[in-house]
Amino acid sequence: MPNRYTHTAITLHWVIALLIFAAFPLGVYMHELPLSPDKLRLYSYHKWIGVTIFLLAVLRVAWRGTHRPPALPEAMPRWERIAADTVHYLLYALILAIPLSGWLMSSAKGVQTVWFGVLPLPDLLAKDKALGDLLKEVHEVLNFLMLGLVLAHIGAALKHHFINHDGILARMIPFLGRKT
Amino acid sequence: MKHWLIVPLLLTASLACGAEFTVLRPQQSSVSFVSKQMGVPVEGSFRKFTARIAVDPAKPEAGVAHIDIDLASIDTGMTEADEEVAGKAWFDTKNHPVASFVSGSVTQSGKGRYEALGKLTIKGKTLDVKASFTLKQNADMLVIDGMFPLKRLAYGIGLGIWSDTDTVADEVQIRFHFTLATK
Repeated sequence: MPNRYTHTAITLHWVIALLIFAAFPLGVYMHELPLSPDKLRLYSYHKWIGVTIFLLAVLRVAWRGTHRPPALPEAMPRWERIAADTVHYLLYALILAIPLSGWLMSSAKGVQTVWFGVLPLPDLLAKDKALGDLLKEVHEVLNFLMLGLVLAHIGAALKHHFINHDGILARMIPFLGRKT
Repeated sequence: MKHWLIVPLLLTASLACGAEFTVLRPQQSSVSFVSKQMGVPVEGSFRKFTARIAVDPAKPEAGVAHIDIDLASIDTGMTEADEEVAGKAWFDTKNHPVASFVSGSVTQSGKGRYEALGKLTIKGKTLDVKASFTLKQNADMLVIDGMFPLKRLAYGIGLGIWSDTDTVADEVQIRFHFTLATK
């Protein structure tokens, strides 16, 4: 049994994580700004990052579906395994659902998403103000759900590393594994 | 005084041709625009406008149009943007509530296609524009469909921080769709 994720899974995990750590605070910050060219610019950057996350998330989920992750330690209690699996599956779902909700929101608000200002994404919804406002709520709620899950995810990883010393974090950070 | 002369003249003219379209159907008419934000075309419209148009499809070259647009009736799709563009840096609707287009000459440019030269006044500035349009007559209605491009900065629309054309492009496409009846 391999004791860590594949290089592909590790790379995708950390690139997606970094992009989320950029897009999330950007989203929180930009929507409070008064209307200005900067605001329009930041919205575009946020959307471009979101589309990128979506594409990487599709790869990541497809990879996960075809590559078995390393086994969890024998000693891990059943509830922890269930909790870990649940959080992981929810995170996989959210890294797909959040960009998707943003994309749909843009369409409903009448502003097409054009990846890096070059590649236009089709508008899956027609312009509809009420639907746009609803999708904004959905986008926001999903994001704060993800924030909670990411905090739990990081907390669990740190707990396993510093308290349980079970090498679980090394499954995703290979160089940590060399010490043990 | 002159009205006494014009009214019978218009009446005679319309009786002679039998098909001068002059009555706007507001429900089937629209004035909209497409601006580019960060390279992305974004559509908006004006809810209120008046159009005094007289066109005889038999001789469109003699047609005339005077269109007044209530700039405060703009619908960008975002309340925040609607309020922003009413301000001094954009339309300054307090001092310049109306944009108007007055047609000059109309020429045929193809089958069913025409070009109207006209004067467009926004924010106290009047410039020449060339609008291209088509005419379609279905039953008792005449439909005019057309567009023209304008450079917003030439009219002083979107000054200060907004004069950066990388975020909001200088060129804005104005689209119009008028449905007219004879009476």
